Amino acid sequence: MLQNRNEMKVCFDARSVNEGFARIAVAAFITELNPTLDEISDIKTAVSEAVTNAIIHGYDDPEKKVELSCRIDGRQIEIVVEDTGAGIPDIGKAMEPFFTTKPELDRSGMGFAFMEAFMDEVMVQSKVGAGTRVIMKKKIGD
Amino acid sequence: MESHYELNNGSLIIGMPRELDHHQASQLRLETDLLIETYHVRELVFDFADTEFMDSSGIGVIIGRCKNMRCFGGEVVAKNLNERLQKIFIVSGLHKIMQKQ
Repeated sequence: MLQNRNEMKVCFDARSVNEGFARIAVAAFITELNPTLDEISDIKTAVSEAVTNAIIHGYDDPEKKVELSCRIDGRQIEIVVEDTGAGIPDIGKAMEPFFTTKPELDRSGMGFAFMEAFMDEVMVQSKVGAGTRVIMKKKIGD
Repeated sequence: MESHYELNNGSLIIGMPRELDHHQASQLRLETDLLIETYHVRELVFDFADTEFMDSSGIGVIIGRCKNMRCFGGEVVAKNLNERLQKIFIVSGLHKIMQKQ
């Protein structure tokens, strides 16, 4: 039997209203794998965290673009959220629970912790002044 | 759906939005703080009956309000958490700092 493969890519403005759009786009795309409600919720939460980070920390300009892609390979889902914004100077620090550069906005500092809690694998690539790419993987029906 | 508010004898009950993300959180934060300050709220109740989604932006708003309320000796309560929200509360450690109903 051939391995199931599929891929999609969307690009949208860095506006907070698009956080909901991004979650729903990924949830709709992965339905062919018949994920459980729990798996869908986990993925929606992780996507929301990554996209929110791009909007709040990557950019300070709603006209800038966030790119979201999703690839299905068998039972494996790979999601990539990418911005060409500020970049992260210290990725290790940024991924520590409760660390935030925006406490005045009541940011909990739990974004990366949530991504790691709800996905199997999270990788972050970033360059100051060039942007950030978050790659997340999860196996469905594991 | 957006958040809605009910004041009852020093108690502010917040009907939390259907999807509590960063987009909804900013408005919720502003409105809640304004009401707490204006009406001298002593008890804050987050009612999640209508909430189907919450991420860490929601956690940030709740922790922030807990801190503010506790400063003045107020109470903070969460109620009607579905299974998913209970999981979010546990992952974030929120279940340790606030009362559930």
